[in-house]
Amino acid sequence: MKPVLLIDFGSTYTKVTAVDVDAPRLLGVASAYTTVETDINDGLSEALRRLEAAVGKLEFSERYAASSAAGGLRMMASGLVPELTAEAARLASLGAGAKVVKTYAFELTEDDVREIVAENPDIFLLVGGTDGGNKQCIINNARMLAAAGGSFPIIIAGNRNAARECERILAGRDTHICENVLPKFGVLNIAPTQQQIRDTFLKNIIRAKGLSRASELVSGILMPTPSAVIRAVELLANGTYTEAGIGELLAVDVGGATTDVYSAAHGNPRRPNTVIRGLAEPFIKRTVEGDIGMRYSVKGIVDAAGIDEVARRSGLTVERAQELVSYLSEHTDALPSDDELERLDEALAGLAVKTAVARHAGRIEETYTMFGLSFVQSGKDLTGVTNLVVTGGSLVHTRHTARIAACALYDAQEPDSLRPEHAKILVDRKYIISAMGLLSGCYPDAALTIMKEELEQDGIGE
Amino acid sequence: MNNRTLVIGVIGADVHAVGNKILYHAFTDAGFEVINLGVMVSQEEFIAAAIESDAAAIVISSLYGQGELDCRGLREKCDEAGLNGILLYIGGNIVIGKQPFDIVEQRFRAMGFDRAFPPGTSPEDGIAMLKQDLHITD
Repeated sequence: MKPVLLIDFGSTYTKVTAVDVDAPRLLGVASAYTTVETDINDGLSEALRRLEAAVGKLEFSERYAASSAAGGLRMMASGLVPELTAEAARLASLGAGAKVVKTYAFELTEDDVREIVAENPDIFLLVGGTDGGNKQCIINNARMLAAAGGSFPIIIAGNRNAARECERILAGRDTHICENVLPKFGVLNIAPTQQQIRDTFLKNIIRAKGLSRASELVSGILMPTPSAVIRAVELLANGTYTEAGIGELLAVDVGGATTDVYSAAHGNPRRPNTVIRGLAEPFIKRTVEGDIGMRYSVKGIVDAAGIDEVARRSGLTVERAQELVSYLSEHTDALPSDDELERLDEALAGLAVKTAVARHAGRIEETYTMFGLSFVQSGKDLTGVTNLVVTGGSLVHTRHTARIAACALYDAQEPDSLRPEHAKILVDRKYIISAMGLLSGCYPDAALTIMKEELEQDGIGE
Repeated sequence: MNNRTLVIGVIGADVHAVGNKILYHAFTDAGFEVINLGVMVSQEEFIAAAIESDAAAIVISSLYGQGELDCRGLREKCDEAGLNGILLYIGGNIVIGKQPFDIVEQRFRAMGFDRAFPPGTSPEDGIAMLKQDLHITD
C-alpha cells in the first residue's frame, strides 16, 4: 500500500482525502473547519485526526494540496471589445480556477482603476487587440494602471506588438508577458496565460494568504481548488494513455454562494446548415454563476426563475415560498429540517442547476434564408453530451438527486438552449473530484480508476 | 491603423459562401491581412472585428438583394465605435431588381460607403481601389 493525502483548504472547511495509489482505491475522507486566521495547520490537524479515527493511522508517502481559502484566487481583467478579448480574458481566468471579480472592456477610466486598486486583486490580466491589431487600448490601460499604483501582479496577454511597451509603462511592477489570448480571429489561445496564472499563484499568492505555514506538512500547494476540478473533469472525460475516459461530460457543483458548471466537450454543431457565431469555445470550459447559490445567493435563483416557478415546483404557496427564501438567505447554515424546507430546497436546487447550465450551454436560433432554414449557433452545442456529474450539498443530501440533476437537461419548452438531451447521472457523494484532480498530476491512472469507482450512478435523465 | 488589415464577410441572413472564399484568397494573395468573418455576419460583428484588429477597411459582400436594408446605419455605428474614417466597401447583388448602378452607388455613398461595386466586378478591381484608397504603392 502507498497512501497519498490530498488536502483542500476551502473557505470554510479543510477537507482531506486519503487514497492508495498502489491498488487504486479511496481510503477515506474527513473535514474540519478551516483556520486561516490563526494557523491553517490547526484545521488540517483536526481533519487528519478525524480521518485517522475513521480509517486508522496511515504513513503518507506524498501530500498535495489545493486551496480556495481566504477568498480563493481573486482576479480582475481588462480587454477591448466585450464579446472578444474581454471575454477571452474572462474565459482564461475562470479556466485557471480564478474567481473573476470583474472584467472591463474598452479603455479603463479613472473610476475603473480606483475600483481596481480598492479591490486589490490577486492578479490583474491585461489584454486587448489581436496580434498586429489595436494597441491603443491596452497601452492606455497599462498607463492607467501604472498611474493608479497598487502592488498586485499584472499578466500582459494582449496584442504582442504592444506587450513590451506595456511592460515598460508598468516598470517596477510585477509583470509577466504571455502570448495573446486572442492572437487572431477564431483562435482562442488561453493555455499560456493559464500557466502563468498558476505560476503566479504558486509564487506569490500562497504566501500572501497565510497558506505557506501549511507547507512543511505538504509536498506542495499546487493550484486553486477549481483548477483541480478542471483537471479531474478533463481526465474523467479523456482518460489516460492506458485507460479510456467516460467521454464528453458536463459537471455541475451547486454551492451555497455560487454554482459552478464545467463542460469537457467540443460543442460543435450537430445540425446541418449551422453557422457558428462568437468567440471560439475551449474544450474545457468553466463558468461560475455568482448570483446562483442555495443560501447566500438564494435570492438570485428566485430573480432568475421567478417566485411563481419556485412555488409551483415546491408545491408551496407563493407567500410561503417567499417567506422561506428570505429565511434561507438570512440563515445561511440552515439545513432542510422539515418537509416544507426539503421541498423548497429541491425546487431551488433544480432551478439553480437549470439556470446555471442554461447560461453555460450554447444557444441556437432558426433563421430563414433564401436557401431555406438555417441555424445560427453561439456557444457550445451540448445536446449530444451523455454524462452529467453533479455535486454539492443540495444534490448529495437528498433522496431526489436524479430528479434535481435532470433539470440540467434539454427542455422542449426552451428548444434554443443546447443542453444535453439525455445523460447518465453521476453523483460525487464524497466530494472527491477536486482531490482526484490534484492526484492526477502524478497518478492519473489511479485518479481515473478511483473516480470511475466512486462516482455513483443515479439513473438516466431524459 | 494597420493599412493592410481588412475585415471581410457576407452581411445579414445571406449564406453565399463561394464569393467570400474567393475574395479571401484574392485579398490575401494581394498582400492584405484578411480577417474573414464568413457568412451571416451582423453589423456588430464587423465592427467588433475591426476594432480588435485595428483594420483599415470593412469589405462587405451581399448577394441576396437585402444589402441596402442590412447596411443601414453601419457608418454611424462605426463612428460611434471610434472607427472614424474606416473605409467601407460593398459589392455583389446589393439591391433587388435591375436598377441603374450609378443610382445604386449614389445611395450607398449617401449611407457612408466609400465604394460600391456592381455584380461581376473582378477581385482585381477591388484590390486596385483598396490600394489607391489606402495609399499602398507596391
